[in-house]
Amino acid sequence: MTIRVTMTVNGEPLTADDVWEGESLLYVLRERLGLPGSKNACEQGECGSCTVLLGGEVVCACLVGAGQAEGAEIVTVEGLGDGEQLATIQETFVDAGAVQCGFCTPGLLITAFDLLNRDPHPTDATIREALAGNLCRCTGYEKILDAVRLAAARQSSSA
Amino acid sequence: MEFFRPTSLSDACRLKSEHPDAVPLCGGTDVMVDINFDRHRPESLLDLTAVPELFGWSRYDGHLRIGAAMPYTAIIAELSAEAPGLAIASRTVGSPQIRNRASVGGNLGSASPAGDALPPLLAVDAEVEAISAAGTRRIPIHEFFLGPKRNALRPDELITAVHLPVARGPQQFAKVGTRNAMVIAVCSFSLALHPDAGRVGTGIGSAAPTPLPARKAETFLAGELTDRWAEPTDLSEDVVRRFGELVAAAAVPIDDVRGTAAYRRHALSVLARRTLTWTWADHIQRMGQR
Repeated sequence: MTIRVTMTVNGEPLTADDVWEGESLLYVLRERLGLPGSKNACEQGECGSCTVLLGGEVVCACLVGAGQAEGAEIVTVEGLGDGEQLATIQETFVDAGAVQCGFCTPGLLITAFDLLNRDPHPTDATIREALAGNLCRCTGYEKILDAVRLAAARQSSSA
Repeated sequence: MEFFRPTSLSDACRLKSEHPDAVPLCGGTDVMVDINFDRHRPESLLDLTAVPELFGWSRYDGHLRIGAAMPYTAIIAELSAEAPGLAIASRTVGSPQIRNRASVGGNLGSASPAGDALPPLLAVDAEVEAISAAGTRRIPIHEFFLGPKRNALRPDELITAVHLPVARGPQQFAKVGTRNAMVIAVCSFSLALHPDAGRVGTGIGSAAPTPLPARKAETFLAGELTDRWAEPTDLSEDVVRRFGELVAAAAVPIDDVRGTAAYRRHALSVLARRTLTWTWADHIQRMGQR
């Protein structure tokens, strides 16, 4: 048996058919809906590379059952920019050199985007706490912290 | 595999009685890992995220009823004053992503000795509320854990809530791990002072087949504090050390990938001393402010 899952992804209503009942939201996004931005690494919620917004909260898409996402609003890294223009947090990741291999980047972008929505002026301790569930094995995190600080500064100066 | 998604508690209850093998799925932080790694392929999944009765909390007669599916993020935001031990432990769970999904009901259902929420529940003599077609019952937390990942639930039952007294004294939780986030406890300890009752509650995690209290340590400390609750003075080093020794002695740890039994015992004595020092200082301060 399989199930059909309908959800709103990056503002667009999408339906996936023939979904196995034990499948994760991550698999549905990547393999059925053509959205490979969310990365598949640990499959146990340890690394944060599959982080998406589910109903406005950061979650590991690998730990969400496909059927649990029925009717939900999802935002993936593909939905941060508008297709032409990158989101501020994406620009500052580029400007600060916060990307090396890039595998952790989509998850970090979603997490940082969510943090700045909830707390436009986060302290360093708050940033570290917010990013604690996103592993990066390249950068040592310093440039990532720079990128989040830069995004906070740019957003507050443009607001 | 079948996937059930009830939208009311009565439907969830009926489905569980019709399909006792159905695995309850909520935050997915344990169940989905097992499925992703093909360690376990359940006959059916019972998704509880659309059952509103399982979320939220309420207060009655000096007690809290915390919905089984209330995520740790919400417990931290809403219950830090009423359930400080549980809230402190909740802050140490996984990461923001995990805390947005994981819940006390999941910790109880998985019944891992390492569940972060479990020692604080032991320290306050919580009760687990479970429902089946036969009705609702409450299981004292001290009777809930039967072995590693085994609990007192019947196959047709679902955990609906946990009940605990609103804190009337200081509570603490501390755990040992390799870093602050994303850590399965090497060992953990929770301490609750109950000044009104002249009692002390404890809970040890990750250092025995189940979470467990340190009864001799509780009795010893309650005895030492008997005449000191109203006008508290600093505790002697001997009392603090003895408490730590008795907590360590209550553990039944093993050697495993996260640490040795000897390390766990030592670390528990340190956590016990620290949490006692913190909570007693807190109590002294509260009494001074009266």
